[in-house]
Amino acid sequence: MTDRPIIDIRHAAKSYGTLEVLKDISLQVKKGQIVAIIGPSGSGKSTLLRAINDLDPLTSGEVWLEDAQVNKKLPTRQYEAHINSVRQNIGMVFQHFNLFPHLNVRDNITLAPKMLKGISKAEADQLAVEQLNKVGLLDRIDYYPSQLSGGQKQRVAIARALAMKPKVMLFDEATSALDPELVEEVNLVMKQLAEEHMTMIIVTHEMGFAQDVCDRVLFMDQGVVVEEGPPEVIFKTPANERTKNFLRKHLKGQN
Amino acid sequence: MIRVFPFFLEAAWVTIQLAVLSGAMGLACGALGAAARLSRSPALRFAGAAYVSVIRGTPALIQVFILYFGGPQVGIQLDAFEAGVLALGFNIGAYMTETMRGAIISVDRGQTEAARTLGLSRFETFRSVTLPQALRLMIRPLGVNINALIKGTALVAAISVVELTYTAQRYIGSTYKPFEMFLLAGVLYMAIIYVTGLGVNWLDRRAALR
Repeated sequence: MTDRPIIDIRHAAKSYGTLEVLKDISLQVKKGQIVAIIGPSGSGKSTLLRAINDLDPLTSGEVWLEDAQVNKKLPTRQYEAHINSVRQNIGMVFQHFNLFPHLNVRDNITLAPKMLKGISKAEADQLAVEQLNKVGLLDRIDYYPSQLSGGQKQRVAIARALAMKPKVMLFDEATSALDPELVEEVNLVMKQLAEEHMTMIIVTHEMGFAQDVCDRVLFMDQGVVVEEGPPEVIFKTPANERTKNFLRKHLKGQN
Repeated sequence: MIRVFPFFLEAAWVTIQLAVLSGAMGLACGALGAAARLSRSPALRFAGAAYVSVIRGTPALIQVFILYFGGPQVGIQLDAFEAGVLALGFNIGAYMTETMRGAIISVDRGQTEAARTLGLSRFETFRSVTLPQALRLMIRPLGVNINALIKGTALVAAISVVELTYTAQRYIGSTYKPFEMFLLAGVLYMAIIYVTGLGVNWLDRRAALR
């Protein structure tokens, strides 16, 4: 029972015309697992992540969230209803935060729960307080996104995703757009989530973070998973030549 | 000059009525047009695009003439003021269609993605995320459309609506002072446009993002 994957990607493929961005990728993620996807830009790692909630639909293959197929082929209307309910269980954090600039922090967090879960304003506000406490930004509850630093924006974006109580969280280069000194505060929030056994799939360029936090690392290149395994193996003794080359470039200057 | 001034004020009031009514109609046409152009239905998209290119591709004066002089031939009997409002409103609506469409599509795609990944439907996303941001973006360009519309109301002088331009022409006949008459009309147009501009500025400031 506990071994059943929460996310199950089966033979995922995607192409734009003749360009194949994903070539027959399968991936299972179990509850509480933390998976990092690394690889050069253009390797397809973001596309794979965005296929999990059907933001970038696959050309072929299946994505399952527990016992529901995410990318089920349905008539438009039915698909809309289906995908909206599936997506409530999949939190996503973007490179550019994508906070709603016309709403304050509280309303950014409570918008979706109020609309979709039929909770009262008081309950929603309580939810915002809880989530902001978690990311350490309770004192910013009445601020607007433009009044926050990049790191604070991303922490609010994480709180917004968590407020839907998702079963899995997807991170699409969550710290890539941040100034170096702001990366750590976001990493700390993600580490804290890891300690709470949140299931996470993390596309990242930060090898140090992947090494510290993740249970499994996938190295992707040109639309395929070149190598995967526990971080100590991937980072210390990679088997594949492409992985070695990539890590040589990326670990330089880091330790 | 003093003698004719009250008549010019009355005419300015007609110009304001023309602008307000056709402006309101233009906003409605613009909203429908933008909705059509951004629709998932190819037929609606085509209808929206056709509306915009036909209206923007022909002189507004011709559109006014077609409705007022050509209308009766196909059973549309309108007085000059009604025809003026409808033609001007339908005309500015095409420009407003493009203004509104532009504002909507310039809201960052990441906003839609974030809302959709939270589970909001297309409609919920549009209503609570895209539209509030697009409205702020469209205030100023719609102000430009309104400015053009106010000046465009002068066209309906050609179908004898007794508005500012028509009134100026009429009093030239009795005063033989075209310079003063057109100058006075111009000053009144400018006053209307100035006040409208203040209103647009106020709206824009109020809607500004913090």
